Amino acid sequence: MSKIKKYDAIVIGGGHNGLTAAAYLGRAGKKVLVLERRHVLGGAAVTEEVFPGFKFSVCSYVVSLMKSNVMRELMLPKFGLELLPLESTMTPLDNDYLIRTADSDQTYREIARHSKKDAENYMRFGPAMGQIGMAVRPILETIAPNPIRPSLSDISATKKILDHVKSLTSKQFEYLTKLMTMSSADFLDEWFEYEPLKATMSASGIIGTFMGPRSPGSAYVMLHHYMGDIDGAYRSWGFQRGGTGAVSMAIARAAEHFGVDMMTEASVEKVIVKNGRAVGVALENGDEYNSNIVISGLDPKLTFLKMLDEVDLPSDFVTAIKNFRIRGSSGKVNLALDALPNFTCLPGDGHHLRGAISISPSYDHLEKAYDDAKYGDFSEAPFMDIILPSVLDPDMAPPGKHVMSCFVQYAPYDINGGWNDQKREDFGDAVINTIARYAPNIKDIILHRQILTPADLESTFGLTEGNIFHGELTLQQLFSLRPAVKWADYTTPIKNYFQCGSGTHPGGGITGSPGEMAAKKILGTW
Amino acid sequence: MIYENKFTANTQLKLSPFFERTSKLNESQEWRRWAGYLAATSYELTHENEYFAIRTKAALLDITPLKKYIVEGPDSQLLLDRLVTRNIAICKVGQVMYTPWCDEHGKVIDDGTVQRLSENKFRITSAEPNLEWIESNSTGMDVIIKDDSYSTASLALQGPNSRAILNSTSSKSLDSLKFFWMMDTTFDNIPVTISRTGYTGDLGYEIWMDPNDALTVWDILIDKGKTFGITPTGLHALDIARIEAGLILLDVDYISTRHALIESRKSSPYDLGLGWAVKLKKRDFIGKASLLEELDHGSGWSFVGIEIEWPEFEKHYKDAGLAPGLPSTAWRTSTPLYNNNEQVGYATSGTWSPILKRYIALAHVKSKYAKEGSELMFELKVEHFRKLTKATVVKTPFFNPERKRSCPK
Repeated sequence: MSKIKKYDAIVIGGGHNGLTAAAYLGRAGKKVLVLERRHVLGGAAVTEEVFPGFKFSVCSYVVSLMKSNVMRELMLPKFGLELLPLESTMTPLDNDYLIRTADSDQTYREIARHSKKDAENYMRFGPAMGQIGMAVRPILETIAPNPIRPSLSDISATKKILDHVKSLTSKQFEYLTKLMTMSSADFLDEWFEYEPLKATMSASGIIGTFMGPRSPGSAYVMLHHYMGDIDGAYRSWGFQRGGTGAVSMAIARAAEHFGVDMMTEASVEKVIVKNGRAVGVALENGDEYNSNIVISGLDPKLTFLKMLDEVDLPSDFVTAIKNFRIRGSSGKVNLALDALPNFTCLPGDGHHLRGAISISPSYDHLEKAYDDAKYGDFSEAPFMDIILPSVLDPDMAPPGKHVMSCFVQYAPYDINGGWNDQKREDFGDAVINTIARYAPNIKDIILHRQILTPADLESTFGLTEGNIFHGELTLQQLFSLRPAVKWADYTTPIKNYFQCGSGTHPGGGITGSPGEMAAKKILGTW
Repeated sequence: MIYENKFTANTQLKLSPFFERTSKLNESQEWRRWAGYLAATSYELTHENEYFAIRTKAALLDITPLKKYIVEGPDSQLLLDRLVTRNIAICKVGQVMYTPWCDEHGKVIDDGTVQRLSENKFRITSAEPNLEWIESNSTGMDVIIKDDSYSTASLALQGPNSRAILNSTSSKSLDSLKFFWMMDTTFDNIPVTISRTGYTGDLGYEIWMDPNDALTVWDILIDKGKTFGITPTGLHALDIARIEAGLILLDVDYISTRHALIESRKSSPYDLGLGWAVKLKKRDFIGKASLLEELDHGSGWSFVGIEIEWPEFEKHYKDAGLAPGLPSTAWRTSTPLYNNNEQVGYATSGTWSPILKRYIALAHVKSKYAKEGSELMFELKVEHFRKLTKATVVKTPFFNPERKRSCPK
């Protein structure tokens, strides 16, 4: 039972954005209750000991986009945020490899081994993307203005953005436009020629999105992944010590420090609406809690279509939410290993195991993987983004053993014949077979495997259709359109009901940004 | 033409007994001079992983270049007590004390540790040579003073997993060894002494051994430490960690009174924030009279931690169209600190703290402005132009995890 009768705010969902919003509200002196359906906080940023001694960042597995002001304002380092560097990206190939490291000279030499032209362009590409990142960040860090009947603050926000856009150099403007509209393959073709390099770079343009590298719009997703910085260095990825669940726990500890109450195994059934106003929530077990405002950290489908009755919402809004694209495209395979995988191209232990391992030898590989999914099957030879967390943080596995995290794409939510146990195992086999092509010992060292299909991501983590971003990051559902026009500023058609999940601006990833900005919006109008 | 060269090198610097291993592991071949030794700056091409080993796993550092002296004999306690500012009379056998030592005017010569090896035997560690100073102050005392610098090799094993590694290598458990205590044990029958000390402000140990056993000890630690993430670590990573721990470095944060050409370059322990280590109630010791007087009048200077405030720092760079220009390694350039256009101090070393996500520095500040929370302006160079940016006096150590002092229950 909760400690008090009526809260200032109730947050539905203890994912990292819900916790972030709660912590900010608590910091402002509000009395907040977070209700989490599962037995553990964190949502998709969660660490679980899936097999005895083997800990996994079950879903979300790397951190880069976490906003530095959120870290600072919520004092997250004090509460356990510890980001270890992921130092390289290796693309294993049949008889070769491509590896990019934190050392630019080494990376230059390595790319030059394949293409001198690419090696030089790569050195220009980083700064160019960094500048675009800097150009876009102020937009991402603005509460998306409402273009339909704008309020005064919407007008000033719009003006600020227009002024900012006017301040861009012509190069920045050109790149930005291209990134907003092109496919990542087309965009990268303008820069590079070596296929494995292009394919690996394009892969960040398809993550979490039901598109291939040749699909227009994928370049933006790539940019989204370029926005991350750690300690001021753009495009650097980190691994949270103890897994991504430790990020959520750090935010939860901050929230606790600010007096927020948090309940797990508290599944919200409905938001209680009276006279067009949210006044509290009803739990599945029949308990009810009252509050002045209710905030949903769930995705837009659940936030509106499950938590509310359609009759309470304007019909055009219901249509917009129904049309909101949230197609799941990925699965996750977590392996407990008896030893390290041995890559044929780079045998033995080494630096290459301390970073990301990308199964992306060519555009065709990725595009064919997408083709399978387009027609309702999982990819026979999927794209994968693999890391070995136990190499970075030995506490993730028993001494001498390892854990391997494989983000796998594509696995469509709507699979032919529907997902079932057999399909899940078949999907797992396709993943293992694909890894075995590059690291043949994988089959001998697997102690346990956890396979999560989009259907599992939906049923376990409440990600509708298994979409990791609470909705695809495509132009028609970004910024003032995320999740729907007029309601992109964290408000909803229901008074005192707000949204703060990844389905709101600026979107998915462990950023804390939607949670932070929603809280700031709410506090601004309190 | 493609060519492959094999790395061979020559040096006039002294090589540590671990060099046969460290030289092969040093992938960057970046070395620094440390007391005439070749010492690894970083083993990898970037030092990040080594830094995080200190804070999240276990870092193995060769600290053999430290100067070491053995003082033995019936009057050894008497000599030590005369030499240093801490009260050695209360230092028990097996205990270690960190202490500065001063000249007759109460100005710091050096700082280091005093280990009480037995009732009448001590080891002193220091940054610079001190043999002559110790000897010249032992006139008439029944002591034998020996330079132990080359007869003892030492390693530091620092980080949260350091205890687990030592427990898997040592014949005796380290669980009850308290902060700043030491014990004798063996690794595969090789005698070693382990002190729970270090220069990182984390859980950590220093291992003292016969140089002839150095390579075997190194190999045992690397072998057993592998599953705990043991990482050979260089001085770049250490420098960040020691600033986070608020620990001073001779020749960087202060100048030994022996090298100070002018009076203002000298520092008393009070000037260096080491007042806590000055025990004025104990019997006479070198510099006591001056320190008593200074305590009365105050030195006028304090040594503090400062944090460079992020929002303003970020803005300076944003105005120049740049992302925040954080230092990637610790810096050692004296940097002015102002209060209302008047310079009231200078920072002597600083770093971005990757674990705290804060920009921190150690600074000498006029005592009037040194109170915790005082706001100062830190001189920053952005694109060649000087800017002033807000900094606040904060408590040190900046990073002080509970594990540093705790023992397993």
